[in-house]
Amino acid sequence: MDTVAKRLKDFGAFWYDFVVGDDWRVAVVVLLALLATFGLSKTSVAAWWLMPAAVAVILPVSLWRARKR
Amino acid sequence: MNGTSGALFAAVFLACAVEAVEAVTIVLAAGTARDWKSAGYGVGAGLVTLAVITAALGPAVTAIPLGALRLVVGGVLLIFGLQWLRKAVLRASGHKGLHDEDAIFARELAAAKAAESTSRFSVPDWYSFTLSFKGVVLEGLEVVFIVLTFGANAHDVPIAALAALVAVVLVVLLGLAIRAPLAKVPENTMKFVVGVMLTSFGIFWGAEGADAHWPGSDAALLVIVPCVAVYALALVAVMRRGATKPAASSPELVSEGA
Repeated sequence: MDTVAKRLKDFGAFWYDFVVGDDWRVAVVVLLALLATFGLSKTSVAAWWLMPAAVAVILPVSLWRARKR
Repeated sequence: MNGTSGALFAAVFLACAVEAVEAVTIVLAAGTARDWKSAGYGVGAGLVTLAVITAALGPAVTAIPLGALRLVVGGVLLIFGLQWLRKAVLRASGHKGLHDEDAIFARELAAAKAAESTSRFSVPDWYSFTLSFKGVVLEGLEVVFIVLTFGANAHDVPIAALAALVAVVLVVLLGLAIRAPLAKVPENTMKFVVGVMLTSFGIFWGAEGADAHWPGSDAALLVIVPCVAVYALALVAVMRRGATKPAASSPELVSEGA
């Protein structure tokens, strides 16, 4: 059973590393930006600018954090 | 081929060429240091594994309604693309070692020469087999991911698959011809461009999936791609000022991907 659990854990860790990588904050900001875009699209305000804005903020933040390490 | 299809072809071609270069380096190390026959078996088994994954995931991905697909895959593609772009900016600004196929080849060669030789399941050299198999599957998985996400989102899997096929065949033929790591391929620049493309398409499809409407529809991509590129280059310039040492070459792990 331990072996199965370990394999499942390794499988999950592989996919996490494959998609999310070194900085989980990037993934969280992208998900929040998608939710905010969806919310804004239901109003009369244009929503297309939210995703580029999220990227413009999180990319330098993530880079600065990586530089400090 | 219109502008969007051209950008799709270029993005998939570059991404797949980069991954193929990395896989070829690993297979060359396994074949040169150990046994070409076993390395060949590893490549074959890796390709079969990738074909099974593609056959399983392909219909599932293309069956998802376009809106949901763009939301989920656009989001995942953006997270994945930002990972590439982040590493590319760190490399270009001197905060991370450049990807160096010669160094990776030398490291893999030394490890392959030091490993013990064992035979299993009619494979003369198990080490060569597993090294090639892992190299092909890990690098190929990124190719499958990019082809399926780009192809399904753009409703053009054939052009994405064609771009991947052309890239892989070109790189493999080049690798077979020179029988040495493809160190002259401008891999770091290509990775930077791929990071820009993945991020741009992720922004575009993610927002569309979340029900946003881009001004100019698909033509917005022709603005997003250069904007992301200029922004990333500006970040490189800013971060270079704070770099304590110039970019040095260093080998990276096989599974590190972008």
